Amino acid sequence: MIDWHSWLLWPDNVALSALALGVLVMLFLYAARLPMHGVIHSVGHLVSQSTRFLSRWLTLSAENLRVRNQAVLLAHGQESAVTLIEREFERVGNIVRDDMQEYPALQRKLMEEVTRIEEDYRRCGEVPPPPPEWVSALESVSQIKSGGDMPRKLLEDINKSIQKIHDKTVAEYRRAYEDRHKILKGIQPAWRSVDKLMGDIDKKMVTLQGNARQIDGHMAKFEALRAKDDKTEHALTMSAFVQFGISALVMLIAMGGAFINYKLIALPMSEMVGASDYITNSLKTSDVAALVIILMEASMGLFLLESLRITQLFPKIASMDDRMRHRLMLASLIFLIILAGIESSLALMRDMLIADKASLMRDLATNAVAVEEGWFTRIPMAGQMIMGFVLPFALAFVAIPLESTVHSLRTVIGVLLVQTLRGAAFLIRFTGVLFKRFAKVLELIYDLTIVIPLLLEKWVLALSSNPSGKEPAKYGSTS
Amino acid sequence: MKRALLVVIVLFGSLFMSACGDSRMHSQAVYMLVDTSGTYAQEMNKATRIINYLLASLNSGDSLAVAKVETRSFTEKDIIAKATFDKRPSQATTQKRAFKAKIEEFARQPLGSAFTDITGGLIQGAEYLNETQAGIKTIVIFSDMQEELGKGTVRDFPIKLDGIRIVALNVTKLRTDNADPRLYLDRLARWEGRVRKAGAVEWVMVNDLENNMESILNAR
Repeated sequence: MIDWHSWLLWPDNVALSALALGVLVMLFLYAARLPMHGVIHSVGHLVSQSTRFLSRWLTLSAENLRVRNQAVLLAHGQESAVTLIEREFERVGNIVRDDMQEYPALQRKLMEEVTRIEEDYRRCGEVPPPPPEWVSALESVSQIKSGGDMPRKLLEDINKSIQKIHDKTVAEYRRAYEDRHKILKGIQPAWRSVDKLMGDIDKKMVTLQGNARQIDGHMAKFEALRAKDDKTEHALTMSAFVQFGISALVMLIAMGGAFINYKLIALPMSEMVGASDYITNSLKTSDVAALVIILMEASMGLFLLESLRITQLFPKIASMDDRMRHRLMLASLIFLIILAGIESSLALMRDMLIADKASLMRDLATNAVAVEEGWFTRIPMAGQMIMGFVLPFALAFVAIPLESTVHSLRTVIGVLLVQTLRGAAFLIRFTGVLFKRFAKVLELIYDLTIVIPLLLEKWVLALSSNPSGKEPAKYGSTS
Repeated sequence: MKRALLVVIVLFGSLFMSACGDSRMHSQAVYMLVDTSGTYAQEMNKATRIINYLLASLNSGDSLAVAKVETRSFTEKDIIAKATFDKRPSQATTQKRAFKAKIEEFARQPLGSAFTDITGGLIQGAEYLNETQAGIKTIVIFSDMQEELGKGTVRDFPIKLDGIRIVALNVTKLRTDNADPRLYLDRLARWEGRVRKAGAVEWVMVNDLENNMESILNAR
């Protein structure tokens, strides 16, 4: 350690030595003022410029990333919209195809009904009664000038025959009306049939209109996506966050199921791969084997849903021809059933192993009470077996939330990264500004330590520039 | 599909290859010495309880041997029962049942040896444990630790107990210990010093068998 006494010019007089040292230091600092100011300014400027550059680079990176995210988000949105539109068109196509297929038969039926109605209508037309021929006969009789009772007799005969004809005509007329009513009654089912057919057509048209409206909605969304407006981008981003939250929650539930599944088969797996084998210091082979079985079940479920085109994580599977895809679907399903069967039998083995161990423990414990085994002790075993068979299939559906997570994670991470970059850019820029100001503060502090020489300098300068001493020189003008 | 099949094959292959790795380092081996001399012959019930505890606690892949301390104990003939439990838990349970039956049969026989050769038993136990190549090796001594050697039995030489835990169980006080407790304390200190000098990693004494039985085995 350096003894401070060695710094004293006059060791007997500390105060004088300190004063002398202070004056010397002050003089040295005054002499070094300009270079020191330069150094402080340069360092401040260097840090400020560097941080500014770094901040700018981060901002640009954030912007680039945002643009990239936007492009990906919009592309994904467009893809989804296209899928929805395609699906709607498919529905419309199905409706139109079905209707068009039925249309010739429908038209034929309709035409038949219409023809029948027309014919019936024609048949039921009112036939005017024949003109009374006896009017001309009466006129002839009335023109007879003489003949005694002959005209009267004739008239009486005519009257009789008229009465007869009248009765006959009225009866004929009534029968004709009766027939027409019958024909009109026969038309009724035809009208009903036509009405029903028209109703069916109307219903289909309404469905078609609904589909058309949905397509319009999707097309509007698609156009907005094409236009790349901020509102749509914001909506898509929010949707991605919501999707991520929901799918993460479902994945969490699925992980709980997988954990139960793992617990169910970890013990019996030791019967297959050995209970005393370890992969690492604390990782048992049987535990890893159980985990592998569960992961394989999840993978088979993934392939199954992929081949069913419910999920689209693997483009290669999606682009397979239908026959190959069908084969893959069958293979995945068979593997899944086999694995479920294995798991179910492992669950049974687990129950047997536990029962065997419990029996041994009872034998080893001298004062243990024998447990009575009733039919109800079989319930957990049955439950385990059912769970062992069902859980793999339930686990298969994890592919759906997984796909959602994968798709939304890109957006979520992208947005978070952009925000992080922006935050970092702001912090770095702020640090740069602080350093710039700090350099100024350091210069002032430096000047504060040499205030006496500076005052003297000011006085000397004032004297040299203005001998009368009216206008003082500006403080710190040398810098 | 082919690629997926390949991945599955590689995964299973690596799994089964790794399953063939060295598993002995994770296993335990216990060699229990049961004193059958004098009054200790009456303590066989307690010894059986301890053996049952060991059977219940040891897992697949672990080894257990029970030997009696006789006039001269450095011999395999003194081993009452020994087993390395199978990797499969179901087989291990069967082995444990057979082990228990052997011990019960031994307990029914009349016991009592003239001398107590604990050192010979320790050397025999160390040999057995080293053969098992287990990760944790323990010799359990169910005795009052009072060694009495017959004429012609030489045991005053350094022994090797490298990496072995020594657990002294139910070390009862003799009549002379009651008169002068220093005899008991000196006896225990002498044994502790001897086994530690021989390379034992731990010396544990358990007298409270009701509450402290879990100290016998080292937690894995």
